[in-house]
Amino acid sequence: MRKDRNCGGSVITVELPKALCSYADDESSVIIEGSVKTIGDALVALGRKSPGALHRIMDEQGTVRRHVNIFVNGENIRFLDGLTTPAQDGATILVLAAVSGG
Amino acid sequence: MKGAFVLRSDASRKKWRIEGPHFRGEAVYALLHDTRAGRPRTFAATNSMHWGPTLRTSNDSGATWSEPGPQTVRFPADSGRALAQIWQITPGRAKEPDVFYCGVEPAALFESRDGGVSWEPNKGLLNHEHQPKWQPGGGGLCLHTVVLDPDNPRRMLVAMSTGGVYRSDDGGKSWGARNVGVRAQFLPEEHRYPEFGQCVHKVVHHPSRPGRLFLQNHWGLYRSDDWGDSWKDIASGVPSDFGFAMQMHPHDPDTVYIVPIEADTFRATPEAKLRVYRTRNAGASWEPLTKGLPQKGAYENVLRDALTADSFDLAGIYFGTRSGKLYGSRDEGATWTEIADALPPIVCVKTGTAGAA
Repeated sequence: MRKDRNCGGSVITVELPKALCSYADDESSVIIEGSVKTIGDALVALGRKSPGALHRIMDEQGTVRRHVNIFVNGENIRFLDGLTTPAQDGATILVLAAVSGG
Repeated sequence: MKGAFVLRSDASRKKWRIEGPHFRGEAVYALLHDTRAGRPRTFAATNSMHWGPTLRTSNDSGATWSEPGPQTVRFPADSGRALAQIWQITPGRAKEPDVFYCGVEPAALFESRDGGVSWEPNKGLLNHEHQPKWQPGGGGLCLHTVVLDPDNPRRMLVAMSTGGVYRSDDGGKSWGARNVGVRAQFLPEEHRYPEFGQCVHKVVHHPSRPGRLFLQNHWGLYRSDDWGDSWKDIASGVPSDFGFAMQMHPHDPDTVYIVPIEADTFRATPEAKLRVYRTRNAGASWEPLTKGLPQKGAYENVLRDALTADSFDLAGIYFGTRSGKLYGSRDEGATWTEIADALPPIVCVKTGTAGAA
């Protein structure tokens, strides 16, 4: 598990699928700590540590890829407020490949 | 469509050893094997349905591949666009061994001047005044063809579906449409020859005669003798002038190969016969090449980058079908053999020489 303790604020855990672990030093969890208010903030922070992982989750316009689902505390952010969904201190963000096809 | 397979043979090209799939589950729309720098560099444009497109490299002719980090081919944030697919990887000129080009979807051209490590979009095309009017074809709005003038470093040509052919004579700073004489069958009759907007499927030329171009259109088969300033119809003696694939003979500037397809509404080989057509007189006439290919019940399709040639004196010609069959000819198309018969749908076939021939 990678930890970033260089500043105060929220502590958020991003859980990556196996396909993306190689972009995060082969870790399945990345801890984000700092001024993180939304899921979007957390993903931007993830991108600072693991840009390759972020590029697979979001395109260069900051849009979550069509067949990627992001859950926060078990809820799909597509059905919340998307990337502006609040990321509470202690939250776990789960990145998953969506069901694509029938 | 589900990975890349590497097939190796010796100079006889009689037996092939299949390796792969590499990039299991990812579509591979573009491949390139390049040796200009005196060492092999192989590129594969992979696309994961979930995780998006990635340009990967191999320094051992496809045996092992780089594990990429950040994406290297990316649109600027202020362009409003995001990379959907890399459709073509083209080497630069012989004297520029570290120059490469990528044609991508949405239609744009990227250039690398450091051996493929970093890439920049061509701003002349990115901000072209026609760009907002380019429309996606069936495969998406893709820039799929890059043709370089080997003698004039300021001249290059690209083709896209649908946008048509564009040429630059100032090193890529500005681009002009070059579609005079190319029809757009899908437009109202009085607008079938627009300045741009044609659905061009492929353009080829021979470096020994670079100004003469051959074009397979979405309906239409053309030749230009003036670097695309004008085009004339050369669809004489083919069962259909619809098709995708087009390949130049590696040594003969008069010889071109195509695979006619019945229609855009029925994308299958005409009369259920799998035939490669060849011209040996720059399009004055075409002949079917059928020996060893199924001539009954063959409802096949060969896509724009699934027909290729090797560089041997007696050239090998190869093509793959959407049904996953790979055919090869060791005698320039006179006879064919089936190399593989149950691969995933084939969208791209490329050749390269690795080690001693």
